[in-house]
Amino acid sequence: MSRLFTALLGALFSAAAAADFDYRLEAQQIAPGVYVVEGDTEHFTFENGGNIVNIGFIVSDDGVLVIDTGPSRLYGEQLRALIEQTTDQPIVRVINSHHHPDHFFGNQAFADLPIAALPETIAAMQAEAGGFADNLYRIVGNAMFGTEVIMPTQTLAPGEISLGQRRIELLALSGHTAADLVVLDHSSGVLFASDMVYYQRAATTPHADPAQWLQSLDRLEGLQFDILVPGHGPVSDAAAIAQTRDYLQWLTAHLAAAAARGADMAELVFSPLPERFADLGAMPAEYMRSVAHLYPRYEERHLPEPAVANVQ
Amino acid sequence: MSVRALILLCAALFAGTAHAATTALPKDPLHSGQWPTMARLFLGEQVVFDQRVRLLAPPEAEDSMNFPVLVDASQLAAEAGPIEEIVVFADYNPIPLVLKFQPGRAAPRLGFRLKLQQGTPIRAGARTADGVWHVGHIEVDAAGGGCTVPSLAHGNADWSSRLGEISGGLFEREQGARLRFRVMHPMDTGLADGIPVFRIEHIELSDADGALARIEPYEPVSENPLFSLDLPSSSAISLAGRDNNANRFSAEIHP
Repeated sequence: MSRLFTALLGALFSAAAAADFDYRLEAQQIAPGVYVVEGDTEHFTFENGGNIVNIGFIVSDDGVLVIDTGPSRLYGEQLRALIEQTTDQPIVRVINSHHHPDHFFGNQAFADLPIAALPETIAAMQAEAGGFADNLYRIVGNAMFGTEVIMPTQTLAPGEISLGQRRIELLALSGHTAADLVVLDHSSGVLFASDMVYYQRAATTPHADPAQWLQSLDRLEGLQFDILVPGHGPVSDAAAIAQTRDYLQWLTAHLAAAAARGADMAELVFSPLPERFADLGAMPAEYMRSVAHLYPRYEERHLPEPAVANVQ
Repeated sequence: MSVRALILLCAALFAGTAHAATTALPKDPLHSGQWPTMARLFLGEQVVFDQRVRLLAPPEAEDSMNFPVLVDASQLAAEAGPIEEIVVFADYNPIPLVLKFQPGRAAPRLGFRLKLQQGTPIRAGARTADGVWHVGHIEVDAAGGGCTVPSLAHGNADWSSRLGEISGGLFEREQGARLRFRVMHPMDTGLADGIPVFRIEHIELSDADGALARIEPYEPVSENPLFSLDLPSSSAISLAGRDNNANRFSAEIHP
């Protein structure tokens, strides 16, 4: 009985603690009717509740478009409350930019609304959401309480969408993952670059194709915009694209050179980082993760089939 | 000197005394409950902790199916003489013994990847000619990062046609050469339902002067194992090995 009591008490306590987790979200207006809710530049931690991500919303005279929903149910609920405090316009549509958990695990709070994503994004969510959930619960803990994966209900295609008087363009890119959606609000000149662009925070690469990513950055640079909202890090402009490109170029050249001289993966873990990257958020942990993600592809090129081989 | 360093020093002195008197096992600075068992199973009577046995590895496992480790006992070898054998084990792995390596004429340095089930100490014992096991270790957090995805087992239908295939290259260094080679092999642990243990048992390396080194990988070594070794010269290397199903494989790697 006392054991049951302790268990009950524990359950009550953790529920209360989770319900108390306050993300302290703030909506920052970066252009008329265009808002950003900025996250930390660190990794997921217990303390930040997984809030490492930038969320956007665009208000029109015909409703609100929400870009990404955050890392947890609680985040999603607090985001929705924040949007409803900020504007009288109703939320009409929610978009998930790509399949990483910090961008769509808040979907639960918007389950009564249309949620849309690119088809490849939805497929990747279906394949990997379970693993993401396990991992986030383990790292973030309490703030994840009650989070369940809610899949998008609509598929998106690139092109212009209507939102009141606003001209909003969706671009389907790739490289950070197999499908990365970027939102350009022509009316305000704001580019929501999703995780195509990181600023003052190291890029993450678990599903990256760096060559593809660099090509996508070229395309982004050709767009007309004044303000850029990166997926992670402070609001910026084209300088954020240049920083992301610089880092990806350095990282890939560094790994290629290491593979060519026969370095073992373990020998790369503590490579000194160039000064301009050493102080980015989540460094050096993010670099170490990238070695694990990307190095196998480079070393593969330097493991030729031998001239003489025999299998019996 | 910090308090912590002082405590460590005292612990080291104490361990040293105990060792001299009773050959008792040195106390584990990582406080692993498994340490006495590990030492009894994989090491010998004389065991010392020795920072000259270095393990290079990330602090966290991003991919728990492929955790990279480089064991390097070259400083120990330079100061205490040739290393006869290196044994690597991970205290909290369900199968703790990772591999044995007899460096022979190669440098006492080996890079490889292993499978981790959870956070654990990873240790390497290097045995010098006097029979003493010099143990170095690291502690690894296998909680992973934000976007860690559980690795998919190679679902390739053609795995059996590539079984035992070796690919590799020699990379010239200032002195000698770095050899890297990979053997296509599932390295099944026997812990997954309905899949029995299927692993490489040993790989022999030789050159024109005869036997060079020997690696015995155990179940925790990653699928399609990839090894890095440092060799005295960049001349052609012969590799020959077999697995526990008596499949034999061999290859020659030329510079």
